Formats: sequence, structure tokens, C-alpha cells
Amino acid sequence: MILHEPGPLLLTLILAASTTTILLVLGTPLAWWLASTRSRLKPVVEAVTALPLVLPPTVLGFYLLVVMSPASPLGKLWVEAVGEALTFSFSGLVAASVVYSLPFMVQPLASAFKTVGRAPLEAAASLRASPLDAFFTVAVPLSAQGFLTAVVLTFAHTVGEFGVVLMVGGNIPGRTKVISIAVYEHVETLRYSEAHVLSAGLVIFAFCVLSIVYSLNRRGAAAHVR
Amino acid sequence: MSVDVLSLRARLSYPQLELDVREELSLSGVTALFGPSGSGKSTLLRLIAGLKTPRAGRIALGSEVWFDSRSGVNVPAHCRSVGFMFQDSRLFDHLSVKGNLEFADKRSSRDAPGIVWQDVVAALDLEALLERRSRSLSGGERQRVALARSLLTRPRLLMLDEPLSALDDKRKAEILPYLERIPRHFDIPTIFVSHALDEIVQLAGSMIVLAEGRVQAYGPTAAIVERLDLQPITGRLEAGVLVHARVRGHDSRLALTHVDLDGQPLKMPIVKKLAVGETVRLRIPARDVAVAVSKPGGISIRNVLAAKIERIAVDGDSAFTEVFMTLRSARIRARLTRDAVEKLNLTAGMPVFALIKSVSFDRRIV
Repeated sequence: MILHEPGPLLLTLILAASTTTILLVLGTPLAWWLASTRSRLKPVVEAVTALPLVLPPTVLGFYLLVVMSPASPLGKLWVEAVGEALTFSFSGLVAASVVYSLPFMVQPLASAFKTVGRAPLEAAASLRASPLDAFFTVAVPLSAQGFLTAVVLTFAHTVGEFGVVLMVGGNIPGRTKVISIAVYEHVETLRYSEAHVLSAGLVIFAFCVLSIVYSLNRRGAAAHVR
Repeated sequence: MSVDVLSLRARLSYPQLELDVREELSLSGVTALFGPSGSGKSTLLRLIAGLKTPRAGRIALGSEVWFDSRSGVNVPAHCRSVGFMFQDSRLFDHLSVKGNLEFADKRSSRDAPGIVWQDVVAALDLEALLERRSRSLSGGERQRVALARSLLTRPRLLMLDEPLSALDDKRKAEILPYLERIPRHFDIPTIFVSHALDEIVQLAGSMIVLAEGRVQAYGPTAAIVERLDLQPITGRLEAGVLVHARVRGHDSRLALTHVDLDGQPLKMPIVKKLAVGETVRLRIPARDVAVAVSKPGGISIRNVLAAKIERIAVDGDSAFTEVFMTLRSARIRARLTRDAVEKLNLTAGMPVFALIKSVSFDRRIV
């Protein structure tokens, strides 16, 4: 990281922002595929995408640790390319978060795309728009609500994760020590006042984010009724 | 009017539908695609537009080949110069009316002459709607915008997929004049899908009858609506004839328009927009025609025309027959019971009087 020892707050925000950005790029095509495919593989892919929702973070974290360790082929490749191990690094944390938060990006997007349906895209094709053109000028604007929900949920969920981070990242100040870990540490060492500050901050943050999402959703729904 | 040949050979199978169409269509003006629901009308349209791919066949407009299973050609939908107007309009709700029109305008090839933004907006009376959100429009307004939008793709072929079926009668009456005028105004061959014969006779010069995925008949509308053998398919259509007549004048007191049909006078409910001397097409439903062997008096039916029976066709095992009569050149058709034909001893060649209970204005002849 270029940043010099960022505190838990800043580190958390950077982690959530990177995770959200990466998932936006990876999750959008995946959600599109899920919404439009008739492939027999669809239920399998859907199940894999939803796994992080049901698995205990420790299970997910354990496997991610195994896959990312320098002893595994993937981990080894990463070490050769970057020069440091993926485990207990910020990059590893981002990679783990991407997996952990995947359903929060893909599911709202897939359902938004499904709601838009094929009809507007056929109309776009009949108006000389190529599939890619139609995707960006018709499907994306019509799914704006879904994108908002997906981005906010992914961001917020990444901010709130704990188990996977602990397993994969450990607790290294400035590298992997995010808010949730810091709170845990403060409580373990009986420093309740510090724990209070961070926890209350997180509660207020989560409340604000969800309020914004729900009020925007309401306005969107009202606009549809009109 | 420009004529384009649409060469259609397409096969496609669905669980409920086996589509097999081979037809060369000389498209000029409006061609109606008629058939009961489930006959494959919309599917055929979608095959032409490239929204669906046939299992085998060849689809070409003039020299432009859009699909050929043998040489592996399959031009994607957005590269075919077809304007497609959907039943449900499919306006983009995230854009204004203007935005919807610009979407098409920006992407269309400008070298196609004849279609200019201002002209389209004026022809469909959209000036006042341009800044509106498309979501706030009425059903009829949406269809007008959709028609304008497909025109602005500057297509070589315009296809309208049941553009009236989602509208109530009032909205239908509001959009029909546009559908009648636009293809002629912009001189674009148009295929119009409908299962309502009254719409077809009003709009289309020729028609295709589709049933169970196959073309049963193709030809001039006036000739097809008279064909008895198509009745099992066109069952819902009210049998009748289309005749040409000349407007003689209007009687506003009795709200009548007088026309001249093969030299004989005919009265119909007033159609004020018609000018004296103009030739019009009228529709006379067979069930509203009765036959008398001598000229009747003291009768409420005002239109009594001297005619000659040309032939009498029995309609299957039913109680009815179709009696075809000729005036000088115009044909009239009456739906009578077999009982009546027997009692009156009606035979071919016999001079009779056709009592016409209702006549409706169909379209102008240009």
C-alpha cells in the first residue's frame, strides 16, 4: 500500500471502495448472464454465488486462507508476480472481500436485469443499437435502482465483515486491521471507550446508508407508479 | 409507390407451432398479416426483424440477404433496415419523448432519403409531447411516439405488430388515421399484423392469411375477404364485400351521404370528410343483405338495388348459403338461409333485388 499506516477507519473505507469497484466490474457481467441465460449451468452458478450468504465466515475464511497461501498454486503465482504473500496482506483482504460480498452485488443486479427483461432490448435492437450499445444506453439506466442497491449493500457489507477478515488478514495495523477487528481487539483488551467510539460510528454509518437506500428506493417506486 | 420484394423461406418448430413459410411478397403500401392467435403472425414478423432465428430458410429484402441457413448468413437485428413497432410500444421510460426519438435518429443511416425529423414530428403531431416523460403518455400517444421512433430508423420496411390490440376503441379511433396515412406519406412498404378484419380492410391493400404456421392465401384484400374457402380460418371475420362507389353528395338534415354504385343510388350514414366526386371503398356485410324477387314496397330498408344472381354457395352443413350477386361490375354478397333460397327458388342468372341494410365507409381510393 502506498498509504502510510492508515488507521482502521480509513483502511476500512479503502477496502470497501476497492471491493465495490472490483465487484461492479466482475459482478455486472455475471449478473447479466444469470438474468438472461437458459443454460443448464445456471442453478449451479447461482448456488455458488449465494454460498457466501450461508457459509459461516470461518469456513469461507479457512478455504480462502488455504487457496491464497503461498503453498497453493494460486498463492505461489501471486508471490512470484507481486513479491509478497496474499495472506495477511491488504490485497488478500480485498480478494477475500470480493468473494465474501459477491452475492450482495450479483443478486440485486440480476433481479434488476430480470425486471427490465428482453423487451426494451429488442426495441433497442430494432432501433439499430448493438447489444453492447443497448446494454449501456437502455439496460443500465433502466436498472439504475438495482445498481444503487447493489453498490450500497456491497459497500456496507464489506465494511461490516469480520470473520473472513480475521481468518485471512489477521490483525496487522495499517494493513489488515479494519474497524470490526479493531473493535474486537479493544473489547478483548477491555478498552471499552475506544470500542464505543468505533462501534457507535459503525452503527450510525450503517443506519444512514440503509436509510438513504430505502428512501431512494421509495422515490423510485413512486416514480414508477406515476 | 416503391415496391420491394420480400423473399421469405423460413422453418421453425415450437411445441405448439410448426412454422413453414415460403412466399415472395411484393411489398407496396400496406400488407396485412392476418391470422388467428397462435397462427405464427408475430413469430413471422420477429423472424423478418431478426429477433428470432429460423431453423432453416432464407430471408431477403430485394438484394439484401438477411438470413440464409445454407450460406450461414444471419444479419443481427440491429443491422437490418426494418422499423419495428411493438404491440406494447416499448418506449424507453428513462427517456423523454424527444429522447426516445433521438435514440433512433442518432443511430439510423442518414443516407436514406425522405425521412426528416421535423416531418415525422409534424406527421404524428408530436410537437407538444416532445418534452414529456414517456411514462406519462396515454396508450394512443405512446403508439404514436413508437411509430415515429421506428420511422426515424429510416427503414426500408416498416412492421407493425398488432399496434391497435392493446388500445380501447376510443384510442384506436385516435391512432387509426395515422396508421392509414403514414406508410403512404413516407412511402415505406409496411407489414401490419392484425387479427381484426375491420382494421385490415381499412388499412391494407393486400393481405396474407396465416394459419397453423402456413400461408393460406396472399393477394388483394378485397379478393381475399370474399373467399369462402378461407372462412374456417377467418371465421371471426364478418363475411362481406368491398365495393367502389362515387360520392354524389351529403344530406346533413338526415345525416346521410349519397353515393353512386354502378349507376344505382345508395345511402349511407354521413361521412363529412368525403368530397363530392371522390371514389370510396365501402363495406357491405353479407349478413346485412337480404334478397327479394320483386321490388318490395313499404319497407324500412332504404337501399334496394337491382342485381343478378351470379352463383349460390352452400356453406358446409350449416343452415346458410352465400348468394353472390352482380350489379354492373360490382359484386354484392348475401348470407341467406337454405330455406329462403329454396322457397324463393333462387338460381344463378336470376334477376333479383338486393336489400342492403347497412353500408359502412371503408377507405378512400386514391
